[in-house]
Amino acid sequence: MTNWEPVLLANVNRPNSEKIDTYLRYGGYEALRKALKMTTDQVIAEVKTSEIRGRGGAGFPAGVKWGFMPKDAPVKYLAINTDEGEPGTFKDRLIVERDPHSILEGVIIASYAIGAHRAFVYIRGEFFLGVKRWIKAISDAYQKGFLGKNILGSGFDLDVSVHRGAGAYICGEETAMLESLEGKRGVPRTKPPFPAQKGFWGKPTLVQNCETLANIPHIILRGGKWYSSIGTEKSKGMKIFCISGHVNSPGNFELPLGTPLKEIIYEHAGGVRRGRDIKAIIPGGSSTPFLTAEKINTPMGFETLQAAGSALGTGAIIVMDETTDMVEVVRRITRFYVHESCGYCFPCRIGGQRMLSSLERLAGGKGSKQDIDDLEYVAKGMYGRTFCPMGTGMAEPVLSGLRLFRREFEMKTANN
Amino acid sequence: MNTKKEFKSPVGGAIVDPAKQSMMLAALYIAQEQNGYLTKEAVQQVAKRLGMTPGDVYSTASFYSLFRMKPVGRYVIQVCEGISCYLNDGAERVADYVSEKLGIKLGETTRDGRFTLETVQCLASCGTAPAMRVNDQLYENLSPAIIDDILERLMGEV
Repeated sequence: MTNWEPVLLANVNRPNSEKIDTYLRYGGYEALRKALKMTTDQVIAEVKTSEIRGRGGAGFPAGVKWGFMPKDAPVKYLAINTDEGEPGTFKDRLIVERDPHSILEGVIIASYAIGAHRAFVYIRGEFFLGVKRWIKAISDAYQKGFLGKNILGSGFDLDVSVHRGAGAYICGEETAMLESLEGKRGVPRTKPPFPAQKGFWGKPTLVQNCETLANIPHIILRGGKWYSSIGTEKSKGMKIFCISGHVNSPGNFELPLGTPLKEIIYEHAGGVRRGRDIKAIIPGGSSTPFLTAEKINTPMGFETLQAAGSALGTGAIIVMDETTDMVEVVRRITRFYVHESCGYCFPCRIGGQRMLSSLERLAGGKGSKQDIDDLEYVAKGMYGRTFCPMGTGMAEPVLSGLRLFRREFEMKTANN
Repeated sequence: MNTKKEFKSPVGGAIVDPAKQSMMLAALYIAQEQNGYLTKEAVQQVAKRLGMTPGDVYSTASFYSLFRMKPVGRYVIQVCEGISCYLNDGAERVADYVSEKLGIKLGETTRDGRFTLETVQCLASCGTAPAMRVNDQLYENLSPAIIDDILERLMGEV
């Protein structure tokens, strides 16, 4: 097992890690000082060189996204996505609760680079401690002159405020988040226009996940080249992997992208409980397709997981041992997405309900072959045919469940 | 018949002020604080302050699961039914355990108005599953003994 020096999680286990004094003692806000002496183009170039891809699930190259922000627009915004809700994922909560300044420093640098003077933190309503930590971090940063007018004498102004969501998974989708910030129902917008063209209040807006932003100070301090030297060909840098389910030591592990799934499960997370075999692995949060144990050597990167038939998503690994009832797992995941569907477009709204009724019959031992056929038909029909990625995310576990564990579904219909 | 007049918006077709509308969620949280749920009066008050109709406010509030339209107990117990809690012997097992201890079913409130029991979607505590929340406090790595402690303490709170 290679022990990597943590970058993003270097602070989280220190006493009073959330306090600004602790953050400053270990080199905090040095990257901001450096960035403010660079030109905005230089900052963006550094982020592009790092080749960092967004950590919220979609994996879009951050530097490219920053480059999309129009230079000549008088009013621009930054929106920080702390609406972590994808089942299996618990990394953003950790950073927000234990090291909020690392994200905030990234926020200030990103705002400077794109020319935004107003940034909005959107945080899940359920994260009570996270809300408190964000507010405290922001007010302390104002006191020290890292926020407000003329930050560190640079002439750059920035105000940041915190906005609580109210229990809607869909608001993690960037355009739904903007709707929610505007005080509306969290229904995703049609794209294009993308937020970089028309975002919050119709103004160009950069939306970025908080893990992505927490990487920015390190990229500025150590350079984009350093960052891109870590990882695989198309997946650069360090990543927080959340691992849970049937493992001995669940938790967050920060490792380079490209670390094999096997190493994370058996060396970092202490292996499968009771020494059992693995039946299935979800590699990137519950909307990513299942993998079977034979794919265990797959490196955890965007392109490598795609080649293995799944996706990196949020980097949330859920391990299921040989005793797991896969029909129940698929039912439970589908129930989540049905509960969270915003109901705006019908494939997701009605398709989800249809799939869930079939899955409930099957899981309850009252299903028939027709239910399996219906499931497949509806899931295929939904795939890629919804306004936002949620419909596809809902179809993925059903389709991959049927592809890999069809026999289990059929067993449930044995007497019907 | 003047159909135009009949269908006129109650606020006279006024355009909603985006700056005010953006305060909607924060306003709803404040409005909910006093009674633990959104009373009709609270919704009307929010509408008035934001320059919108009560229907607009209700439409938005009903989208979000943290805004309630019905009264709840003093302590709302929300048991996570996420995938990782399920794999760690939580979810229904925890909910059933609490349900039996309090003598209420899911969605119900104890007769003394102290506890409401609900299930909730993933609480981002998958690494410390099983998890549940009581009002603004998160409890992780639950076991029957830990749940007993929590409930006993809350029963004794004055």
